Amino acid sequence: MSAQAIIEARAVSKWYGQFHALKDINLTVHKGERIVICGPSGSGKSTLIRCFNRLEAHQEGEIVVNGVALHGRMSNVAAVRSNVGMVFQHFNLFPHMTVLMNCMAGPMWVKGVSATEARRTALQFLERVRIPEQANKFPVQLSGGQQQRVAIARSLCMKPDVMLFDEPTSALDPEMVSEVLETMTGLARDGMTMVCVTHEMGFARAVADRVLFMDAGQIVEEGTPDAFFGNPRHDRTKLFLSQILKH
Amino acid sequence: MLYPDTVEAEVLVHKPWFVATMFGVVLLVFMAFNLSGTGFAELMRPVIGEPSTSGLYGRFAIGFAIAVIFTLNVVLIGFAPLKLQIGIVWLELLLLFIAFFETFHLSLPFIREKLPFLISQGVVTTLYVSAISIVIASVVAVAGAVAKLSSNGFAYAIASFYTSFFRGLPLLMQVYLIYLGLPQLGFVINAVPAGILALSLCYGAYMTEIFRSGIQSIDRGQWEASRSMGFGFALTMRRIILPQALPVIIPPTGNQFISMLKDSSLVSVIGVWELMFLARTLGQKTFQHMEMLISAAMIYWMLSICLELIQSRIERHYARSKVR
Repeated sequence: MSAQAIIEARAVSKWYGQFHALKDINLTVHKGERIVICGPSGSGKSTLIRCFNRLEAHQEGEIVVNGVALHGRMSNVAAVRSNVGMVFQHFNLFPHMTVLMNCMAGPMWVKGVSATEARRTALQFLERVRIPEQANKFPVQLSGGQQQRVAIARSLCMKPDVMLFDEPTSALDPEMVSEVLETMTGLARDGMTMVCVTHEMGFARAVADRVLFMDAGQIVEEGTPDAFFGNPRHDRTKLFLSQILKH
Repeated sequence: MLYPDTVEAEVLVHKPWFVATMFGVVLLVFMAFNLSGTGFAELMRPVIGEPSTSGLYGRFAIGFAIAVIFTLNVVLIGFAPLKLQIGIVWLELLLLFIAFFETFHLSLPFIREKLPFLISQGVVTTLYVSAISIVIASVVAVAGAVAKLSSNGFAYAIASFYTSFFRGLPLLMQVYLIYLGLPQLGFVINAVPAGILALSLCYGAYMTEIFRSGIQSIDRGQWEASRSMGFGFALTMRRIILPQALPVIIPPTGNQFISMLKDSSLVSVIGVWELMFLARTLGQKTFQHMEMLISAAMIYWMLSICLELIQSRIERHYARSKVR
C-alpha cells in the first residue's frame, strides 16, 4: 500500500504496574483504511486505541499520529486529539448540553469556529446520522442508539482524519446495534479512516480492509476479512471465532 | 421527593392505631404539666370549677380537651391536598411560636423605634459582610478543590494544610487570630476586613471539600470525551465538569451560605456593628434585651428563607437536563 500512513505504532509496550498490557505492538494504519480489532476482554484492544490519542501513555516504542510522535511530555497533544475522533462504549455525551451544543462545542472552543458556522456543520452531521430533529433535546431524552449516533456526529464535527471506535455497540440493546453499524458503514463508504474495536463480525466482514486479533496484549493474527474468517491460522483465533460465531 | 412506591398506602394520620396513640400521648403529656394556672384552664372553668382546686380531675379534663383539639386538627389536615397541608402546618407552627414570644410581654413600641436602625445599620452590614465572604469563599473553594485533586505535591500539601487548619479551629478563634494576630506581623487590619477574611477563609475550607466531592462525582468518561476532543484542562473544568458538578454542589453550598449568614454574627466580637452586635447593645440601656434579640432572630430567619428560596430556584434550573 502506497497511501500515506496516519497512525504508525512501532514496538509499542505498555504496563499497568506489573501487568504487561501491550507487548511489542506493530501496526500501520494508512489513509482510508478500515481496521477492525477484536479479541477477548482484557486482551488490550481498548488500551491500544486509547494510546492512539494519548488517553493512555505507552512506555516503550513509538506511536506517530499524523506525523506527530506521541510520547514523553507533548506540548501539542490537543492538536493531535482534535484530528483524531473517538467514539466511546458509553457514548460520554455531555449531559448538560443539548445535542446541538454537544456537536458545536468542539469546533467552537478548540478550533475557534464561529457559532453560526459550527451550527451549520453540526446540523449537517446530525442530518448525516439521521437525527436532525433531535437537535434541541438533551442526551438523556434519546435512546442509546440515538445517543451513540450523536456521539459519532460530535466527533465528525471536528473533521477528524481518523476515527477510533471503542466498542461502540456493546452497551446497546440488540435493536439499536444495527442503526449505529449502518452509520459506521456509511462512514466507511465515504472513505473515512477507521480503527474499530468491536465484536460485530458481520460489520468486520463487510467493511474492514484488515482484521486484527489480539490476545494477552499481542496482535496474534491479522489479515483480510476473507482470510481471517475463512482460514484462521492460530488456534487461539479459531477458538475465539468458534465461541463468538456459535450463536 | 422520596421514591413513591406504587402500592397506595392509607394516610398515616387516618390509621386508627396512629390516631389513638397520638391522642394518648398528648393526653399524658398535658396531664404531666400542671396547666391549672393558664388561660386555657380559665376557659375550662364551667367544667372543672375553680382551676386551682380542681386537682387530678382538672388536669385530666384540660389534657383531654387539648388532646381532642390536637387530634381533630391533625385528622382534618390529613384530608387536605398536599400543598394545603404544608401551608396549614407551617401556619400553625408559626402561630405557636408567636404565642411563645407573646409570653415575653415584648414592648412593641420599643421594637418599632429601634427597628429602622437595626435594619439600616445591622442588616446592611451583615448582608455585605456575608455577601463578600461568600464570593471570596467560593473562589477559594474552586482553587482549593482543584489543588486537592491535583497530582502536584505542593498544591496538594498547601490545600490540605489549609482545609485542615481552618476546619479545625473554631471560627471565633480565627476571627481573633486575624484581627489581633496580623498586626503582630505588621499588617494593621480594620475590623470589617478582618471579619470578612476570617469568614472567607473558614468557609472556603469547608466549601473546598464540597467542591472536591462534587468534581469527583463526575464520571471519568466526561473527562475522556472532553480531552479526546482536544479541550484543555481549564476548558474541560469550566465548560464540562463544573457545570455538571454544580447540581451536586448546590444543596450543601446553600447550607454553607445560610450558616455563614448567621456565623457572620461572630464578627460582632471585634466590634463590627452588624445585626448581632446591635441586637445585644441597643436593648442594654433600658434592659429590654429580649425585644432586640428576638427581632434580630426573626430578621436572621427571614434572610435565611430568602437564601433557601434562591437555592431552590437554582436547583430547579439545573434539573432541566435531567427531565426525560
